[in-house]
Amino acid sequence: MEFTGTQLMFIIFSAIIVIFSILTVTSRRILRAAIYLLFVLISTAGIYFMLNYQFLAAVQLGLYAGGIIVLIIFSILLTSHISQKFEKVEWKKSVFSAIAVIAGIIVTLTAVLNYQFEANNAITQEVDMNLIGTKLLSYDRGGYVLPFEVISILLLASMIGAIVIAKKGKKV
Amino acid sequence: MISNIPIHYFLVVSTIMFFVGIYGFLTRRNLITMLMSVELILNSVNINFVVFNRYLYPDGLHGHFFSIFVIAVAACEAAVAIAIIINIYRRFTTINVEDVSEMKY
Repeated sequence: MEFTGTQLMFIIFSAIIVIFSILTVTSRRILRAAIYLLFVLISTAGIYFMLNYQFLAAVQLGLYAGGIIVLIIFSILLTSHISQKFEKVEWKKSVFSAIAVIAGIIVTLTAVLNYQFEANNAITQEVDMNLIGTKLLSYDRGGYVLPFEVISILLLASMIGAIVIAKKGKKV
Repeated sequence: MISNIPIHYFLVVSTIMFFVGIYGFLTRRNLITMLMSVELILNSVNINFVVFNRYLYPDGLHGHFFSIFVIAVAACEAAVAIAIIINIYRRFTTINVEDVSEMKY
C-alpha cells in the first residue's frame, strides 16, 4: 500500500497524538506528563498546518505550547517535588474508568463511522491574515465582533481574578 | 477531501483523544494533572471544529474562529485554575484533591 506524503504525515501526527495523550494521563511523574502534553499540542498544530489553517496553527503553538505549558510547568515546580512519583492508581478505579471510557469510544465511533458526511465541493476560502482581521472586527453577516469583545472582557476578568486569587491574603 | 484522507480518520483521532482526557480526569487525583486532562479534552474538540470547517463548509470560517475563541477560553481557564491551585497549595501544602476537603468556614 502506497502512501502519499500527506497521508504519511497524518499517520505520524495521529500516532503521536494517540500515544502521547495516553502517556500524559498514565505517566507517574508529573513533569514528564506535562512534556508529553506538549508533544500532543504540537502535533495538533501540525494537523492544523495540514488542513491549511496557518494562523490557527500559529495560535496553537504560541498560546498552547508556548503559554499554557509554561504556566503548567511553573506551577508544577511551585507545588511538587520533581523526583516525586505518584502512587499507583487503584486497580479497581482504573479498570472501571477504562471500561467506561472504552464503552464511550465504541458508542461514539459507531455513531461517527456510520454517518455519511456530505462532502461540500464549494470553493475553498483562502485564509489570509487580511480576511481574519476583517472578519474579527466586522459586524456584518458572518462577522465576529461580538464574541471578540466578549472574549476581551473574559480575558480582563480572568487576569484580575487570577491576581486577586493568587495574591497573599492576610493570615487566617 | 484533502489528499484522500477521509474526514472519519480525523474524527477517530479526536474521539480517542477526548476519551483519554476523560480517563485521566477520572483516575488522576492531582489538581494539575486533572487540569492537563481538561486541556486534552478542549484540544480534541478544537480538532473537530477545524476538521468540520475544512471538510463540510470550506466556504466559511466559522469553525476556525470558534476554535480561536475556545483556545482563548482555555488560556483564561488555565490561568485562573493555576492561581487557585497555588492558593490551595499555600493553605493545605498539598494539591491532592482527596486531602483538600475542608472549605473556609
